[in-house]
Amino acid sequence: MTRGGPEAPVLAVAGLAKAFGGVAAVAEVSFAVARGEMLALIGPNGAGKSTCFNILSGQIRPDRGAVYLNGESVTGLSSRAIWRRGVGRTFQITATFASMTVRENVQMALISHHRRVWRFLRPARHYFAAEADALLAPVGMQDQAERAAGELAYGDLKRLELAIALANAPRLLLMDEPTAGMAPAERGGLMALTRRLASERAIAVLFTEHDMDVVFGVADRILVLDRGRLIAAGSGAEIRANPEVRAVYLGSGATSGGH
Amino acid sequence: MVGGGQLLLSLLTGLADAAGLFFVASGLTVIFGVTRVVNFAHGSLTMLGAYCGWSLISRLPPTPLGFALGTLATMVLLAVIGAGLEIGLLRRVYRAPELFQLLATFGVVLMTQDIVQWLWGVEDLALRRPPWLRAFVRLGGARFPRFDLIVIALFPLVFLLLWLVFTRTRWGRLVRAATEDREMVAALGVDQRLLFTSVFALGAALAGLGGVLMLPDASANLGMDLTTVTDAFVVVVVGGLGSLPGAAAASLLIGLLQAFGIMLVPRATLALVFVVMAVVLVLRPNGLLGRPPGRGGVLGEVRALVRPAPHVLRWLGLAALILAALAPLLLGPYALAVGTEMLIAMLFAASLHFMMGPGGMVSFGHAAWFGIGAYASAFAVHLLAAPMPVGLLLAPLAAGLIAALFGAFVVRLSGVYLAMLTLAFAQITWAIAFQWVDLTGGDNGILGVWPARLVAGPRGFYWLALTLAVAGTLGLRAVLAAPFGYTLRGGRDSRVRAEAIGLPVTAIQLTAFALSAAAAGLAGGLYAYAKGSVFPTYISLGHSVDALLMVLLGGVATMSGPILGALAYTGLYDVLLSATSLWRLALGAAIIVLVLAAPEGIAGGALKLWQRRRPA
Ligand SMILES: Nc1ncnc2c1ncn2[C@@H]1O[C@H](COP(=O)(O)OP(=O)(O)OP(=O)(O)O)[C@@H](O)[C@H]1O
Ligand SMILES: [Mg+2]
Repeated sequence: MTRGGPEAPVLAVAGLAKAFGGVAAVAEVSFAVARGEMLALIGPNGAGKSTCFNILSGQIRPDRGAVYLNGESVTGLSSRAIWRRGVGRTFQITATFASMTVRENVQMALISHHRRVWRFLRPARHYFAAEADALLAPVGMQDQAERAAGELAYGDLKRLELAIALANAPRLLLMDEPTAGMAPAERGGLMALTRRLASERAIAVLFTEHDMDVVFGVADRILVLDRGRLIAAGSGAEIRANPEVRAVYLGSGATSGGH
Repeated sequence: MVGGGQLLLSLLTGLADAAGLFFVASGLTVIFGVTRVVNFAHGSLTMLGAYCGWSLISRLPPTPLGFALGTLATMVLLAVIGAGLEIGLLRRVYRAPELFQLLATFGVVLMTQDIVQWLWGVEDLALRRPPWLRAFVRLGGARFPRFDLIVIALFPLVFLLLWLVFTRTRWGRLVRAATEDREMVAALGVDQRLLFTSVFALGAALAGLGGVLMLPDASANLGMDLTTVTDAFVVVVVGGLGSLPGAAAASLLIGLLQAFGIMLVPRATLALVFVVMAVVLVLRPNGLLGRPPGRGGVLGEVRALVRPAPHVLRWLGLAALILAALAPLLLGPYALAVGTEMLIAMLFAASLHFMMGPGGMVSFGHAAWFGIGAYASAFAVHLLAAPMPVGLLLAPLAAGLIAALFGAFVVRLSGVYLAMLTLAFAQITWAIAFQWVDLTGGDNGILGVWPARLVAGPRGFYWLALTLAVAGTLGLRAVLAAPFGYTLRGGRDSRVRAEAIGLPVTAIQLTAFALSAAAAGLAGGLYAYAKGSVFPTYISLGHSVDALLMVLLGGVATMSGPILGALAYTGLYDVLLSATSLWRLALGAAIIVLVLAAPEGIAGGALKLWQRRRPA
């Protein structure tokens, strides 16, 4: 078992801080996510959400603070090392392999997960094709498995990224604006799916989202970030009632239905 | 001992060199900053400047005023030529992948060489020097050309002028904004076409200035395009791509180091500049004053879907292979020798494609590995008295091992910086081969590298080359189709995604770099035995450019591209060489037509036609 014991939250963050050229993008942020929990991180543009995600997944080193996965510190580890510890993620600006098909994109994650990268002769297409399709089916991308990732619609790229993120059977899923670029009707569907996967597989999910209907619809708890600081945390009802949150959102103009 | 007069003289010589470097490099860096075109034709513009300047100044009165007028007229002329080049060619390829812009500028280099030779002849053209140009000033007992003092004075003057233009005028501010963020300028609704054309004109005028000012101390000659563009690239890269102050600082650094380097280590002069560049790039991956490239990066923007070869192509390939294997029964010794060279070129091109296509690591110095392989074989014969199989084993081994060491620095960089570090390494290797006469025979090369008795005849050696080149090429193809190759391509497509799913991008790139070098080394080893001799020219920039042309002609996106490109290039070369004395003009024109008609290369274009005829 993990060192933190069964009680330790999947993800715990303490006093995280990161500044870019003197501007604090993230300042003293602390929170935790439990198994099977869906935690939404919201806030206006530039609040520091993506920076938080990039620190958690190892793309950026924090200036201060610590990140614990199942009670074990992973602060400052590379994104490769963090992925190996069971963290999958999607990106706000989608990142996929454009010169590969949808299926091959997922196969790459599986090849990495099963440590088959250093293979020089057998064609890659023979590795984990069926497993890749099994990951593509629930996100509704199986029909497009043969298409080039470089020519997918934005919403479909987000779906593909979710399939990729699930390939290493993650314990923590980080989703940066998973439904941006989707029609409102699709958004609910994708988040309901995520919700189901989270409870079935006991995955902790941290996600950002500008569409407040989506947020209040699926999140177990909500964190509100403004200019790098956590200004509120709680259930949907608590957040809705919070005057400071209302001020931030009325001031920035980002509201329900967002972009 | 070195006297004070000598020091002052070296200082001034260095400053004059620095000024010359700056005029050319400032044009290059400004053009790059705004258009993101890696303009290999910039040296050709400098060469045109020298020749046009020679023609104009020779016809004007031999006074300082005449010289100044001639210089200004040349700059205007070059500005027009530059604008014409931008409007006629480059504007049409801004949307094409950067590698094809590079190919287009190679085409311009080739065409300009023949045009200049046709207009001005092959002789070096020196300016008749009136007394004022020949005058010296006395400095502490030493004599220094007065004209060089003028050049030195022009350095800060031109820099200041450019600086004022870039900071004080609306046009200059637009240029700087475009250098920092192209999309933003597009969003501002600025007429980008006019901006790009005018920037190109300015860059070309600066190249022209550099060319004219080379006349009094040297001459206009046909080799100056490649030497100038190499030097200018070194300056631009050391200073940081797109940075004008960077170019000035790098010019000073390199000019002075060269002047004092000659005094301190005369034998290292050829390599010195490249050693400096290599050191700067290792310490500062974006040059002295450069900034990390923004999203999208530079060079290697090829993202087409890669599919296994269609069945027809496989059968065609098999048929071609059988035909090639039977060729010795049908062809004479000369044709077989040409065939052997084509096969070696194919492996060489495939090895470069391996790292620059799927690997996204463009090399300007791939000939280094070919040359190291060739020299390794030659050393095996001469120092170890080893039989040919050992020589052919040592060739890829030596190239691969050296690449594995050196590659650790290479894979930390990307885009043009990476390409220039490979060029630096190639130039240093070349300088060693050229200057370490005791070991390599210098310019005379190493002779008597003969193959084993069994394959000594043209037929036998052809079959050997066929076996090894095809095995090597197919081996590289297989690796690209395996998880290793996919990981390599994944790291190129999206490094962020690759690392976010745990793929060891850097280690894979380094291994790919070494594998690519080993394959090129094998090609070099084969070539050494095929020719029976090894020369420093195997490592020359021209040979690296040959490899680039082969890959780009064939197309980077498909795996059959480099094979077709190598065959087409060597074939085209042989045909053109025997058909016309203006073969460079023809080849350059063919390349430009190809770039405009089929920016995916021969193989990519054919594939597209094929797919259009058979909708999926
Ligand atoms: N690499 C970087 N360099 C400099 N500043 C950065 C960098 N990344 C982010 N920032 C700045 O940090 C702040 C937080 O940015 P971040 O992308 O984390 O916000 P966000 O909450 O994700 O916004 P959005 O809703 O627009 O995605 C912003 O002011 C941004 O400009
Ligand atoms: Mg964000």
